[in-house]
Amino acid sequence: MTARIGVVTFPGSLDDRDTQRAIRVAGAEPVALWHKDKDLKQVDAVVLCGGFSYGDYLRAGAIARFSPVMDTVIDQAKAGLPVLGICNGFQILTEAHLLPGGMLGNDHLHFICRDQKLRVENADTSWTSDYTAGQEIHIPLKNMDGRYVADRRTLDELEAEGRVAFRYLDMNPNGSLNDIAGITNAAGNVVGLMPHPEHAVESLIGTGRTDGLPFFTSILKKLVNA
Amino acid sequence: MSRTPLDTVEHATATPDVELPWAELGLKKDEYERVVEILGRRPTGAELAMYSVMWSEHCSYKSSKVHLRQFGEKAPESEAMLVGIGENAGVVDVGQGYAVTFKVESHNHPSYVEPYQGAATGVGGIVRDIIAMGARPVAVVDPLRFGAADHPDTKRVLPGVVAGIGGYGNCLGLPNIGGEVVFDACYQGNPLVNAGAIGVMRHEDIHLAKASGAGNKVILYGARTGGDGIGGASILASETFDDAKPSKRPAVQVGDPFQEKLLIECTLEAFAEKLVVGIQDLGAAGLSCATSELASNGSGGMRVTLDDVPLRDSTLSPEEILMSESQERMCAVVEPEKVDRFLEICEKWDVIATVIGEVTDGDRLEIFWHGGKIVDVDPRTVAHDGPVYERPYARPDWQDALQADDAGKLPRPRSGEELKDQVLKLVSSPNQASKQWITQQYDHFVQGNTVLAQPEDSGMIRVDEESGLGVAIATDGNGRYAKLDPYTGAQLALAEAYRNVATTGAKPLAVSDCLNFGSPEDPAVMWQFAEAVRGLADGCLQLGTPVTGGNVSLYNQTGEAAIHPTPVVAVLGVIDDVARRTPVAFQEDGQLLYLLGDTHEEFGGSAWSQVIHDHLGGLPPKVDLERERLLGEILISASRDGMIDSAHDLSDGGLVQAVVESALQGGKGARLVVPDGLDAFTFLFSESAGRAVVAVPRSEEVRFNDMCGARGLPVTRIGVVDGDAVEVQGEFTLPLTELREAHEGTIPGLLA
Repeated sequence: MTARIGVVTFPGSLDDRDTQRAIRVAGAEPVALWHKDKDLKQVDAVVLCGGFSYGDYLRAGAIARFSPVMDTVIDQAKAGLPVLGICNGFQILTEAHLLPGGMLGNDHLHFICRDQKLRVENADTSWTSDYTAGQEIHIPLKNMDGRYVADRRTLDELEAEGRVAFRYLDMNPNGSLNDIAGITNAAGNVVGLMPHPEHAVESLIGTGRTDGLPFFTSILKKLVNA
Repeated sequence: MSRTPLDTVEHATATPDVELPWAELGLKKDEYERVVEILGRRPTGAELAMYSVMWSEHCSYKSSKVHLRQFGEKAPESEAMLVGIGENAGVVDVGQGYAVTFKVESHNHPSYVEPYQGAATGVGGIVRDIIAMGARPVAVVDPLRFGAADHPDTKRVLPGVVAGIGGYGNCLGLPNIGGEVVFDACYQGNPLVNAGAIGVMRHEDIHLAKASGAGNKVILYGARTGGDGIGGASILASETFDDAKPSKRPAVQVGDPFQEKLLIECTLEAFAEKLVVGIQDLGAAGLSCATSELASNGSGGMRVTLDDVPLRDSTLSPEEILMSESQERMCAVVEPEKVDRFLEICEKWDVIATVIGEVTDGDRLEIFWHGGKIVDVDPRTVAHDGPVYERPYARPDWQDALQADDAGKLPRPRSGEELKDQVLKLVSSPNQASKQWITQQYDHFVQGNTVLAQPEDSGMIRVDEESGLGVAIATDGNGRYAKLDPYTGAQLALAEAYRNVATTGAKPLAVSDCLNFGSPEDPAVMWQFAEAVRGLADGCLQLGTPVTGGNVSLYNQTGEAAIHPTPVVAVLGVIDDVARRTPVAFQEDGQLLYLLGDTHEEFGGSAWSQVIHDHLGGLPPKVDLERERLLGEILISASRDGMIDSAHDLSDGGLVQAVVESALQGGKGARLVVPDGLDAFTFLFSESAGRAVVAVPRSEEVRFNDMCGARGLPVTRIGVVDGDAVEVQGEFTLPLTELREAHEGTIPGLLA
């Protein structure tokens, strides 16, 4: 058997097809989910992909968080459903309070698209178990509002509990506090990050690296072995 | 407040002596008289609005048409051409049942007035052209030209344009894979913001802009219509109607990329269910254009009720509604029994859609407002029978003196130290410096099919995941060459784009162009235009790459000073398997560097003459299109058969620029030897056309040389990939760190 992984399309989602492809490349079955449907079609995990849901109007992720589909995603994530938020998906997860903190505009005020070096800080989550802690990887980054912020207590908590999952290396591309690129919830089933692992799964495409593939093989192994 | 009676057709007939503001709307006296003659009466205000926008230079190509015909008359035989000039965009067969549509357009004037929105809506417009053909947009490219890099206004215009292109294209989910950024004082006050897009579809999905089948419904969908983008209409409104409403409206449209993204998805879903008979996007001239073009290209007439158009501003007059260029709108013709399903799909995507009219079996375009008929015209007379001008043209009297001012006579570097100094100046000059600060504001990765993106020689997109089929696109133009000789300059632009596509391993198939010039009312400019079109048409015929469509932008001038004639040429190519693509970056130490083609002492219009001597004069490099074709064949074969690991075309800046770029991108240096028969200066800086530098693995050396020898392409071994410096033996050594600092520091230093 293989795992069925849902990819939600909001109006303005951009990387939904790419994420479905990445899931396929990893050997799992992608399932398209629609923002107006509460039904998650019994998927084993959900990815909230990148893009500009609802045009990022008001605030990135702020409107998408109230979509019907999110009611179910929030409920099930609290009950243990693995959820990965990439870029806009990460923003939605913070807006939905499944992950702490929030995202502000990049400190240099420009959109930035680059091949970003990261360090894997936590390889024990549902989405990172195929990495090793301390591993250095390159994943494309592309966003306007990628500056991770949280209050001091939250930051201390994240650091103390090892919940910073990824950190920017060599250069901080957006002014994120503590160089944070991605975090996990305490249970390790909900992970969010700004860089785009779905754009690093084929050696020919994009930057030509496949450093993003372990996200999708991690979850596949976890689900199949469950 | 009293209101003048509605200017219906009946009212116009009854009041023949009413003066209409035709001059304020940009019509010439004889053009207005022609409208009266066509209609047999004075036009209504609404009819005048339609004719004035559709007969404008922008929509009617009235000054350029007589020259553009050559693209059809001299079109080479091409089996690849599926849809040619005249539709929203041309369509080319790329094999395996796939078709590709692509086009380049200008958004120059609005981008100077309001850089962000001007550039953003330029992307929006070209993308709607692609959707209107039935294709999914897969990439955009942006050839840009600005005034001097250190001019204070460039710091206003460039960041706004770049943010606008990024803001719109990134939000649409279209990878930006190519284009150019050029600085020259001649573009001060007239920046050129050209935007290109590519779309992919299956052959059976090609859609055309025509309204056929009496009874079929005309559906307007997308954004509500507002008062933005109306030029002369405010004048018309204030003359005809009361003045108790907002009258000063911006002439630059405001874009909403989120709305356009919904429009893409909803249109493609309607196409997939075969719900659409004909389709047209609303760009320049808005509803006037969409209704008249759909009706005149179809078999019947059309009746439209303007009251049904969803408005953003309920005080808009019918003339304003017809002229509004509000963005993110499309017009579809749908069979009556499919209307419900079409509307359902729009609703799914939260897109407003309204039936505003239907196709009739007559031959008139009739538009109603508040029950009165305000337009009754033969749509052909609006859309296609605009005026055609044979503008006078004459070779400018300064052309001879310009050409006589030979760049070959400029002082040259006399020592290795001077050469080194000039190389550093060249690679750090704004035109030759890295544009990464700009391109990193564009998403290259979205859609997950980007094989190559700038600064590669051409952008490349995978079309089919199974077979690896891909397409490549390059855009090039060199206004300095074209100023020296517009005929040759246009051919050099074509040759460079062709070469850039071939360098990455793709076979060039077809051409689109964006022709940017000064005022057609100046005979010297008109001569430049005529020469450039003739050069491009002759060149396309010789290379076997037909022009599938394009765009003309005139009046790029402030006062007497026109921009350099700037034909920008886009070449589209196809590659059977993107795994065979050739990148610019050096891959491996020890690989052998070969220079393909002949190097002559050609410095007219060169980057060297600009950077070192601030000089423009002489003749541009010679063009040999047969040589370009041969070089292309060699590069494509070498890439397909794995004989080369990297390749870079030689163009502005010459060989040294190309080698430095390949070295910096690969993080590997090169040791070069000046070949026999050439001096170091000519070897490094000449801009002779028809050349490329390739890196050949030692195991392929014999095979590669044999191939070039057998086909008669001159090939010279010039060095080896090695170390962490660019060294020209006996002349100078430049460490990569120093080159990188020079090459990458300039643009952020000027703009960040």
